[in-house]
Amino acid sequence: MTRRDLRRALKRTGLYAAALGFMLFAGFPFYWMLITAFKQNRDLYVGASDLSHVPWIFNDPPTLEHVRLLFGQTDFPRWVLNTLVVVVAVVAITVAVAVPAGYSLARLAGRWGERMGMGIFFTYLIPPTLLFVPFSRLISLLGLQNSLGSLILIYPTMTIPFCTWLVMGFLRSVPWEIEEQAMIDGYSRLAVILRVAPRLIVPGILTVIVFTFTLVMQEFVYALTFISSVEKMTVSLGVPIALVRGDVYHWGALMAAALFTSIPLAVVYNLFIDRFIQGFTMGAVKG
Amino acid sequence: MMRRRTLADREDVLGVALLAPALGYVILLVGVPFVLAIALSFSNATAGSLRFGWAGLRNYAAILADPVFLRALRNSAVVTVGSQVLVVVLATAAAQVFRATFRGKRLARLVLLLPWAVPVSLAAIAWTWIFDSTFSVINWTLKAAGLLHGWLYWLGEPALALVAIIIVQAWRILPFATVIVLAGLSSIPQEIVEAAIVDGAGFWRRLFQIELPLLLPVVTVAVLFGVVYTATDLGVVYILTGGGPANTTHVLPTLAFQRGILGADLGQGAAIAVFLLPFLVVVAVTMLRLARRAEVGAR
Repeated sequence: MTRRDLRRALKRTGLYAAALGFMLFAGFPFYWMLITAFKQNRDLYVGASDLSHVPWIFNDPPTLEHVRLLFGQTDFPRWVLNTLVVVVAVVAITVAVAVPAGYSLARLAGRWGERMGMGIFFTYLIPPTLLFVPFSRLISLLGLQNSLGSLILIYPTMTIPFCTWLVMGFLRSVPWEIEEQAMIDGYSRLAVILRVAPRLIVPGILTVIVFTFTLVMQEFVYALTFISSVEKMTVSLGVPIALVRGDVYHWGALMAAALFTSIPLAVVYNLFIDRFIQGFTMGAVKG
Repeated sequence: MMRRRTLADREDVLGVALLAPALGYVILLVGVPFVLAIALSFSNATAGSLRFGWAGLRNYAAILADPVFLRALRNSAVVTVGSQVLVVVLATAAAQVFRATFRGKRLARLVLLLPWAVPVSLAAIAWTWIFDSTFSVINWTLKAAGLLHGWLYWLGEPALALVAIIIVQAWRILPFATVIVLAGLSSIPQEIVEAAIVDGAGFWRRLFQIELPLLLPVVTVAVLFGVVYTATDLGVVYILTGGGPANTTHVLPTLAFQRGILGADLGQGAAIAVFLLPFLVVVAVTMLRLARRAEVGAR
């Protein structure tokens, strides 16, 4: 082997080692969820000071006991249902409000569209942790405390700014000629918006739906602030808060819940990640 | 055009009509609460009643004299800076790795992105289990490797708990930062890199003198979002330590929650949350300057 070959081989090895290292760091908690979710209790609860018992593998055969507990004896199915209700409602509000706004900023607003768009985007940066104090008061004034309605009302404050920005950016990449041609063909501006534009925006709308779905699945702060009774909780609130009632941690069921919630989100994220990134980098990267 | 122009052709009218709902939502449910958040910090409002009395600077005086608050402020800074330093180093390295082509790259990328997809609260509960005082797999592994002789009570000692919080925050932000830096790397014109290779610049020289300076705007964007996500995050600390042991690991959001919501002292909770504003102002101003530079560069 020549020196050059050796160097190349070393470089490849280094590359694989680094890639593996990053995979281990990122993936380790998920492996841990997986193995915990299916381990028998006597395999699970062995103190870490016992070096003869290797926690990384199944020492006893895997079991579905925790999964059965999660779906049969906890409120987890209820939380999934609650989450879906909130997702559907928030998606509907977000699409109805953000898509027209994005269209307006991209196509109708002219020069002030860009500025306005950025202004709306910045409200996305105002975090729930700054607003939950006034919201807790507002929600109780509206009589919405401890109801899914509170989440349905408040979550769009996070999705509308980002989605308006996404739709605006998306429309920039759609050629104007199709709409222009429709107007030459005698459509009014409004008719173009109602009949021609929706077809053009479909991929943008899809991104909006996915972003909203993931955000609702992930939100914790507002849910923690507004929702107090267990049967009204969403998945991201109920699992860490209500599955550990008392001092008994059902780690198997907990990790099963975390795992089953993560999988659909991971799949969806992987498909849409490039779109989100375009939204986040705002022209600092030209794709 | 044959058709007579009507109201349905007025772009300005349609523009305002389509934008109005979004603008209304944002003004009513972000703008107003934002102002209210600041107003509340000067009031003696409590959750139970509708009383809303002027308290002047009393809330601020109270928290500034409170060691728990000062500790939370310091923790917020330590966690934010610590995790972002870690993220920048790791994300730059990861982007170099994932720029290359290698077998199994798609799978590796999928795994790398997982932490971003999982809800914060569920990731935090998984880490709580990983850091468990009796069953911590980290302790087992360190002991099995002969690296640990005593015992690490990860979430039971203030300094270790902060380390754990920084690890979790860095873990959570890393995928996002890596993807952004990767997007930045792919937008560096290939000619510049090729010219550098022709001129005999090696890997490190290329990295430090060409790519990193060109990457600066993009790394800044990654850091800015990282700062917002970390400094304003409540879930990780709330679930990992709940601010304990003995209120030593609070960050601003968890303390604001404890005082404002659990303790029903809205005024003080709001005043604590207001200390998040400096983080956000810095972020917003930097973003604006970057965006302006991108705009100028585009012309």
